[in-house]
Amino acid sequence: MNIIEAKQLTKVYHTGVLDVHALKDVSLSIAEGEFVAITGRSGSGKSTLLYQLGLLDHPSSGSVQIDGIETIGLSSDQRTVMRLSVLGYVFQDYALIPSLTALENILVPLLMQGDVYGVAEQKAKDALQRVRLLDRANNLPSQMSGGQQQRVSIARAIAHSPKIVFADEPTANLDSETSRAILDTFLDLHTQGQTIVMVTHEPEFAALAQREIIMSDGVITNVITHKSS
Amino acid sequence: MSSQKVQSQPSFFTSLSVGWFLATRDLARASRWTTLLIISVMTLTFLNLVVVSGILVGLIQGSVDANKRQYTSDIFITEPLSKVYIEDSRLLASTARATEGVIGVTERYLSSAKIEANYKRQVQADETRDTANASVAGISPVDEDIVTGLSSEIAEGEYLEPGETGSILMGADLLYKYNQITSPDIQVLDEVTIGDTVRVTIGDTVNEFVVKGILDSKLSEIDLRIFMNEGELRQLINRRATNADEIAIMVEPGTDLVPILDTLRSLSGPDGALVRTAEEAQPKFLQDITATFAILGNAIGSIGLAVASITIFIVIFVNAITRRRFIGILKGIGITSTAIQWSYMFQSLFYAGAGIAIGMCLVFGVLKPFFAEHPIDFPFSDGILVATMGGTLLRAGLLLIATVIAGFLPAKIVVRQNTLDAILGR
Repeated sequence: MNIIEAKQLTKVYHTGVLDVHALKDVSLSIAEGEFVAITGRSGSGKSTLLYQLGLLDHPSSGSVQIDGIETIGLSSDQRTVMRLSVLGYVFQDYALIPSLTALENILVPLLMQGDVYGVAEQKAKDALQRVRLLDRANNLPSQMSGGQQQRVSIARAIAHSPKIVFADEPTANLDSETSRAILDTFLDLHTQGQTIVMVTHEPEFAALAQREIIMSDGVITNVITHKSS
Repeated sequence: MSSQKVQSQPSFFTSLSVGWFLATRDLARASRWTTLLIISVMTLTFLNLVVVSGILVGLIQGSVDANKRQYTSDIFITEPLSKVYIEDSRLLASTARATEGVIGVTERYLSSAKIEANYKRQVQADETRDTANASVAGISPVDEDIVTGLSSEIAEGEYLEPGETGSILMGADLLYKYNQITSPDIQVLDEVTIGDTVRVTIGDTVNEFVVKGILDSKLSEIDLRIFMNEGELRQLINRRATNADEIAIMVEPGTDLVPILDTLRSLSGPDGALVRTAEEAQPKFLQDITATFAILGNAIGSIGLAVASITIFIVIFVNAITRRRFIGILKGIGITSTAIQWSYMFQSLFYAGAGIAIGMCLVFGVLKPFFAEHPIDFPFSDGILVATMGGTLLRAGLLLIATVIAGFLPAKIVVRQNTLDAILGR
């Protein structure tokens, strides 16, 4: 079953007199439990595609179905609720809230889902345990390394058991050793059945995904199925 | 597929509790100096709201209080407009004295007088005599002191003794030394000191009196009068003891005035003496000024409230703008706009609440007692700080409401921005 169905996605940025076509009639499907990497050169439209699929942005035209729900036409609040209940995000620069500890960063979306504090706290600790950072639960982001912050970001993305985790170049700011550890975390999640859509410009990391979607100039130019996963 | 499958919005309580969670963490981990600065601004804003209008009203309240304390006391009885004195004032006074809760009663006999100083000096043809017109009040020094504390207004010399004759107390505004007016319409005595003899003309009677003391208050009913023992004045104006012009009655604090007023009014009859409370007996100009200053106080208060709202708006807006990216991230991970807005409203409520709490402590613990002990020396009153608990709480409530709105609006403006743009800092 496909958990993501995108059809003829187009995204045009209006910059003064010039219209920039970041996506041009992109269509793709992603199956539940699949690990997909989106790659391409800088400016190829890979991050733009991720933002449309992850409901962080509105496409200029086309449609996106997430878990069977047509998202075009949803209100801003409905999209927020969908992001909360169905999706998880890992951003390139971790995007943790600096005034919250690692545990609290993970707690917030759980509390927003309506979990009582005790239940939310346990889920957050479980998520931290999964990324092997429970001992840093009470640390603020500024007290952690980049790799640790990214693992907290992953824990936040998975704590509420989303159907899809989107990752936007999660290893871009990390050294190779830490990057490999982050990738291993994603592979672990995938092994447990998590659907993952990851943007990366590293061919080596893309090769770890089941499927690699290669983009150039706003269109999908190639799709590679990897055997290693 | 339809959007009906989308999960329902988080409940109001959930948004509220997440807003609280975010706000408490933000506040707990914010820079202490920044927090202190914002609370200081809020404290000053609250003080601006309460103290400026409080002082303004306090200027007049000082006069009102002085008028009551030094002149009318709690109940004030005067002759009706159609009569020159109170009929059977002794009955009213003795009834008042016998009434429970009454601390003191003073009867005053009044007449107009012309006072002349330095009258033994030869006056040249181009010189004017050192004269002034005044109202003369005959009092019982003991009763008057109990009710109005007149002896405490002595600026020079001594207070009158009971039964003392040939001595007067002189109001300071009758003397050039205290009242340096050069208008040809207003006469003051040029050179009078304690122990000087002045000539007092009452009707056709001329007598000499020694100036025993000078009274300096900020009340014209004291400062433009001369005082002597009531027996002596009654003799001069040929007035019986039962026909005083004014009666001031002091009662214990908290005493219900209504039964006392009813008793005295029934005694005086419908066409008899005017029996009024201090408030009713306030001079019309004081009532008018009080009303005008109250309007001014409210106007200044409204401006203060607007300034406070703008201040909070700016503080929260700057706070929200600098955290625009984090607001975007919160929205990105599914935190609703309502929860984020609550977070900022809680923070602004905290800043305003802390500012108000400190401001209240300063107003009631420091400023009000200070101004009560050290009134502001205005020409016409001793200015105090008028800040009732009810009025201050009302202003605090208005400030909190303004705070909620002023905290909500900037948060809403920032929250409404495109989520992705906020995350990417575009």
